[in-house]
Amino acid sequence: MEAHIQVRNLNAFYGKTQSLKDINIEIPRRQITVIMGPSGCGKTTLLKTFNRFLELVDDTKITGEVLVDGRNIYDRDVDVTEVRKCIGLLAQRPYPLPMSIYENVAYGMHIHRMKNSRDEYRKAVRHYLEVTGLYEEVKHRLMTPATSLSIGQQQRLCLARGLAVEPEIILGDEPTSALDPISSQHIERLLLDLKQDYTIVVVTHTLRQAKRLADYVIYMYMGEVLESGPAREVFNNPRHERTRAYLEGQI
Amino acid sequence: MSLQDIVIKEQPNAQKEGRPSRPSLASRRRQERVAGRTLFIITLLPVILIVLITAALAMRFWPILKEYSLWELVSGTVWKPMQGKFGFWPFIAGTFWVTIVGVGLAVPPCLLTALYLSEYARAATRALMKPLLDLLAAIPSVVYGVWGVVAIVPFVGDTLAPWCKKTLGFIPLFTSKNPTGYSILAGGIVLAVMIAPFIIAVTYEVLATVSQGLREASLAVGATRWQTIRAIVIRQTMPGIVAGVVLGATRALGETMAVLMVVGNVPQVPKSIFDTAYPLPALIANNYGEMMSIPLYDAALLGAAFMLLVIVLVFNVVSTLVLQRMLGRRWV
Amino acid sequence: MRKRWQRRHIVEGIMKGLMLASFAVVAGSLGLILWIVVSRGLPALTWDMVSQTPKGGFYLGKEGGILNAIIGSLYLAGGGTLLALVFSLPIALYLETYLGDWRWGQYVRLALDVLWGIPSIVYGAFGFTLMLAVGMRASLLGGIFVLTLLELPIMTRAMDEVIRRMPAELEQAALALGSNRLEVATRVVTRQMLPGIVTAILLAFGRGIGDAASVLFTAGFTDRIPKSLLDPAASLPLAVFFQLGMPYPEVQQRAYASALVLTIIVLAISLGSRWISGRLSKYVLK
Repeated sequence: MEAHIQVRNLNAFYGKTQSLKDINIEIPRRQITVIMGPSGCGKTTLLKTFNRFLELVDDTKITGEVLVDGRNIYDRDVDVTEVRKCIGLLAQRPYPLPMSIYENVAYGMHIHRMKNSRDEYRKAVRHYLEVTGLYEEVKHRLMTPATSLSIGQQQRLCLARGLAVEPEIILGDEPTSALDPISSQHIERLLLDLKQDYTIVVVTHTLRQAKRLADYVIYMYMGEVLESGPAREVFNNPRHERTRAYLEGQI
Repeated sequence: MSLQDIVIKEQPNAQKEGRPSRPSLASRRRQERVAGRTLFIITLLPVILIVLITAALAMRFWPILKEYSLWELVSGTVWKPMQGKFGFWPFIAGTFWVTIVGVGLAVPPCLLTALYLSEYARAATRALMKPLLDLLAAIPSVVYGVWGVVAIVPFVGDTLAPWCKKTLGFIPLFTSKNPTGYSILAGGIVLAVMIAPFIIAVTYEVLATVSQGLREASLAVGATRWQTIRAIVIRQTMPGIVAGVVLGATRALGETMAVLMVVGNVPQVPKSIFDTAYPLPALIANNYGEMMSIPLYDAALLGAAFMLLVIVLVFNVVSTLVLQRMLGRRWV
Repeated sequence: MRKRWQRRHIVEGIMKGLMLASFAVVAGSLGLILWIVVSRGLPALTWDMVSQTPKGGFYLGKEGGILNAIIGSLYLAGGGTLLALVFSLPIALYLETYLGDWRWGQYVRLALDVLWGIPSIVYGAFGFTLMLAVGMRASLLGGIFVLTLLELPIMTRAMDEVIRRMPAELEQAALALGSNRLEVATRVVTRQMLPGIVTAILLAFGRGIGDAASVLFTAGFTDRIPKSLLDPAASLPLAVFFQLGMPYPEVQQRAYASALVLTIIVLAISLGSRWISGRLSKYVLK
């Protein structure tokens, strides 16, 4: 297994309460890693340390290292916007930007001046809409506001927007929790397709989703990682008692 | 409704059982109906008040409109009430000069401060800023006027005006024969500081309507904070920001005492920011006492109040509607 | 991922710098105003200033104080606030408990917001016109009347906002217990809203006591403390204004002192309302 993200001695604090305790894990390249655990265990907090979103909240402190391809993203000379460009995020519920469908996908590319001509932008927008399976549904109304889409379509649009800045890693923070079952299925299928090219880390609170998606599993409890390993091993043969209890539905 | 009916039917039984005496349901319902009607009438008061104020001032304005056309009054430049000359143009021009300078000085720092508070500042700073803005807004205009007379007028007269004359003197806007600091610029500076807390508070409230998720959506693709502000935050809140600024401008337009104390009050059409001016509110305040003896003078002054009211009403209604829609509540 | 100084980073830095500078300018002007008022006013502020009425030659720099203006202002703003309360509490209660978000309520709120924005000089002119029509002269009563108009929208809207923030469950719980809407309004809403209502009253009082343009013609100015509602009444803002207009430095000094007194009163009200609303909100559901 080749690690894409390595977390070393990571601690996170909200004010005085410690929400992550000495995390040491490795996340494999081009696989789906699922972070699971009971609510309030620090899953989302851990995920947000990967794209430096934790620092958006007042009074948070982080110690330790998060290495992406061996480079600590918390180093002083690292550009936080480059980190976020390289590590995309799919949020709990879709947040289409207040602009057209086309502009939503082109937004990040414009921000980073990634293309040289209008034509290139157009091609790229079409490409990412096709990747997320939206193109056929919206090709006649690319210039209408993104908020006119259904919520499931909006989430796929957000995925397309994230992919358009060419990240290597995609983070998903319970990305299907606001969606209906069919849309959720759609997103899950997309994630399974995308793991050919991307490293994917998903936080989920449903065990069944974890089982459907995971190649690699991280189980957290009270801010600590109790267990991590290939999905099959953890699901079939959990080493820790609490993990077993969780998997059997006792927590 | 049906629930109420059930309760009514139960009530007599309850009394038979010898419950302690308290107002019967019927009397409570009567109370409610009477109170409802009385309250409804009281609620009409604000609407009636606006109509009444407008009508009263219009009626008192009317006598002079019979003698002169509105256009004559508004465009006339000579103000000699003793000789029956009522040209409002110097006052209208003065009002707008002072307001525009004041708003122009206030808006950039106010918007930036509001952006700083809503996008960058820590929660603790924000919590500190709210009472501070309340304090600034609570300071009476006369005190701002004192500050203007003591600090701003000398500064403008002794430092700013000579300096501008020397360096920018070739532009008519920046040079004047007025030897004192009592000027449009002094009035503008005082106004800018006075309306600043208002504009900051409104803008901050408007900016706070942008959901955090939207900001994060932009940051998540690697946008800088400022790129997020420009592309998302401002884009979504533009109507509210404009409405807030317009409301601030109408405050400036009607401000009387503080401006009156520092603008010089000479009825002339200003040409430079260092000229004196004589805004409409100052005109009313300065001459109200003596107006009774001269024919049509009071009609002219109440006409000034009427014009002021109409301008303020128009801008206020529009921007209030925009803000009510965006915020759904009172903003300050 | 190493930081490269692209244009957007430079723009970010510049804008952040500008924002911090603006913040400093705004905070600085507040400091400057308070500094000027205190540093000029404090030396001229004596016990006589606040404990005596003007004696002969006061406006030439002789003996006396501004007690007439302090008392006059308290009368004026106090009366205006009381009268405004009589109308604004029912309106605010009615707006929420009876009208809810019905369209008529929106019109009333719009009217109140527009009234809030009307310049005080216009209220003054309107009040004076009415007083002329009924043959009344500049008096305490006239001043109180105009301040009532001025304070009404401020107080009502401030109350309206607190009442609207009341948890809907509370109102529904009271209705479910069999209270009718009047009882909900008078018993439940007012109790829950007491801190907010006190804040609204003090806010309006602060505005009333600081306003000069509205009482300029309606309350007049006098060196005596008013004994009846029909006497003219002095006010602090006008005392500041008139004294500053005198060509004698001693009198101008007193203007600064008067401005300091006014500022202290207003700031005390502003801070006091914060404190009181904090104290009273013990039983309030958040």
